[in-house]
Amino acid sequence: MTDLDYLKLSKPQKMLVDLRRFLAALPGHIGNGLKNLVMFIVNFFKGIGLAIVDVIQTFIHGDWKTKVSYFVMGFGSCARGQWGRGILFFVFQTLFNFYMFNPNASQSGLYYLGKLSTLGTIETHKEGRRTVYGDNSFFILLYGVLTIFFIIAFIYTWYTNIQQNKISEQILKSGHKLKSTKDDLQSLMDEQFHKTLLALPVLGVTVFTILPIIFMILVAFTNFDMTHQPPGKLFTWVGWSNFHELLASDTASHGNTFRQVLLWTLIWAFFATFLNYFLGMLVAIMINKKGIKLKKMWRTILVMTIAIPQFVSLLYVSKMFAADGLINTYLMKWGWISAPIPFWTQPGWARFTIILINVWIGIPYLMLIATGILMNIPADLYESARIDGASAFQMYQKITLPYMLFVTGPYLLTSFTGNINNFNVIFLLSGGKPQSMELTGNAGYTDLLITWLYKMTVNDTNYKLAAVMGILVFLVLAIINLVAYNLIPSVKNEEDFQ
Amino acid sequence: MNTKNEIPEVDIVVDEKAGVIREIKPEKLASKKANERRSNTIIYVILVLMSIIWLAPFVFLVFQSFRSYALEGGGMVDYLLPKTWSLDNYRWLFNPENSNFLRWYGNTFIIALFCSVIQTMMILSVSYTLSRLRFKGRKFIMNTVLVLGLFPGFLTMITLYFLLKQLGLTQTGAIPGLILIYCASSGMGYYISKGFFDTLPKSLDESARIDGATRFQVFLKIIMPLTKPIVIYTILMAFMAPWGDYVFASYVAFGSEPNYNVAVGLYRWVNVADYQGYFTRFCAGGVLVAVPITILFMCLQKYYVEGVTGGAVKG
Repeated sequence: MTDLDYLKLSKPQKMLVDLRRFLAALPGHIGNGLKNLVMFIVNFFKGIGLAIVDVIQTFIHGDWKTKVSYFVMGFGSCARGQWGRGILFFVFQTLFNFYMFNPNASQSGLYYLGKLSTLGTIETHKEGRRTVYGDNSFFILLYGVLTIFFIIAFIYTWYTNIQQNKISEQILKSGHKLKSTKDDLQSLMDEQFHKTLLALPVLGVTVFTILPIIFMILVAFTNFDMTHQPPGKLFTWVGWSNFHELLASDTASHGNTFRQVLLWTLIWAFFATFLNYFLGMLVAIMINKKGIKLKKMWRTILVMTIAIPQFVSLLYVSKMFAADGLINTYLMKWGWISAPIPFWTQPGWARFTIILINVWIGIPYLMLIATGILMNIPADLYESARIDGASAFQMYQKITLPYMLFVTGPYLLTSFTGNINNFNVIFLLSGGKPQSMELTGNAGYTDLLITWLYKMTVNDTNYKLAAVMGILVFLVLAIINLVAYNLIPSVKNEEDFQ
Repeated sequence: MNTKNEIPEVDIVVDEKAGVIREIKPEKLASKKANERRSNTIIYVILVLMSIIWLAPFVFLVFQSFRSYALEGGGMVDYLLPKTWSLDNYRWLFNPENSNFLRWYGNTFIIALFCSVIQTMMILSVSYTLSRLRFKGRKFIMNTVLVLGLFPGFLTMITLYFLLKQLGLTQTGAIPGLILIYCASSGMGYYISKGFFDTLPKSLDESARIDGATRFQVFLKIIMPLTKPIVIYTILMAFMAPWGDYVFASYVAFGSEPNYNVAVGLYRWVNVADYQGYFTRFCAGGVLVAVPITILFMCLQKYYVEGVTGGAVKG
């Protein structure tokens, strides 16, 4: 099909063609992705191989200072007068050695590393009246992961230390001077300024986000749950059986419930994103319309729901909709209904009410965003449209909407992602209820994956399934983001906006 | 598809001899004005209705917080306006012998204060670095944060709990513990302020660099003075978030009542304790939390709007 043919098509036909092209290109995309992955792995190992060769070469050709640095890190730097670097290297090595070979055997890195394959074998038991504590699987896993982190960091630092020696030797040979400690410190405020600024945040994210995530991914492959809780009991590796328990359809598994919860999560995220989006845009257009007075007041009133902490507003509203809440009692007083409307007790009503209340929370936010963008649309577009005789709706459809959609493409994506993980609204409004016998694992009809995960962690202490669920949420989000990333033009290029 | 064959309805009369004359027919103008007025009236009606819906719950909340506890009890009732107005509930809250409410309030305030300072520093350094400095591994860091952001936050809750427990920062140490976990990973929320830094012209840095300023000096003396709106936005967000956090706060402080934050304390009054007796007290506590936050927010609303719209457009 030529471009001209394409332009002649009507809108739905165009979309069909777009979709077909996307699907046709999909195997290519996936193939490319796989190729990149393979290339990455090959390059990674190639790099390691080169590094090893380099390390050996340096050892053979290096002077004695360099050779000693292989065993005492930082020695070379100190011997060449770069005290600052040298001492840092040495301190790091000492810390590492102390952690790995701690004389108190049950706290050393080696101990945890050795037990990692079984997660502990000695169970806590009683000898007479005395309780003898055995292995603690939790700490073995946690510190085992930490030890691996530490070892990787050590190898990297060790390698850097050798590289430094090599470079210093070359610099001295060519007759130049080495950087002093003072120069190093100055460069941290200048060429290396990014290291200074990022040191603390990167450390924080590594310890408090990356380490826990890796830990939980590993927990998904163990039987860590209510009946296997350290320090009293051990847990151990079980392979993929947790995935089976959550996804399979037989009676001992949660497959049916999982599919229902996933479906509701997607439905919820769809409505929470797009309903709010269009209604919020509508409200913004209404307030921005020429001739409407008190614009600022209307906005301020709506923004109240953003300002007031959600646990106050949502908890109060959830009580308003309760069977004995204000809404039901007043409707009954006025004789409009004879029995309370089951806002929170019937699945359909509960879902509807939640989406409705979320509109109340979400519109103001979208209104603010849309207001900012609407003001940026060039006024002459509307002017010329008006001269051409376009109606208000036509202008909305042909100018406002495409512009908004293009500009807020990335926002829609993050908003959809955020809504899949929107814990507060569900938890504070319904707590996932109503429940029924049809749903297993304590899930309720308004539970999202994320609130179900929370229940599993806090109420059931079923950590293994919670971990599996976390991984599945990640997969769902990753797929949505990848597809959207390829379809939305304004998400792709970061630098375009600069 | 639109065809351009029909003659558009425009307020222009075309006179062949004199060229185009812009003349608006009077009767058409009148009908247009009437139309305009009608649609404005409809909009006003909608806006008034919306305002009522938006404000009603908060007004009700205030009403019920002023209901007399002694005469009408503390539960939910089937009428709106209190029969006797009184300050019973507030008096009860302000007496430390009755509950830990004042402590919870203080706890949350301390957490919010620390978070607003530390988080702002973290976020500013990350966003500045990623926006204006180019170095090896920059893309890698951004992609890693993107991927990490796809994992649900509560997944790591137990691990964080045990990490904090190792440091002695749970239960009685819950407040420093919460500050630590709120702040440690806060650098990941750099998007909005990075978007702001992206909009500042690069020539600012370059000319300062040519004049011999180090990167640190550029950051401190050239860029920082321009970042007031985004700094205020970040502080505001960091300050407001701890007031609403229930999940982490309840998990970390579990069982140690004096170390709750307001959200945990009040949530437990409504959902765990016998809420019929505590409902009006919850309302009063909610008012005490909401009023200062709302005032603060309204004062800084301008900056919030700037941050949110900027962030949404740039992603």
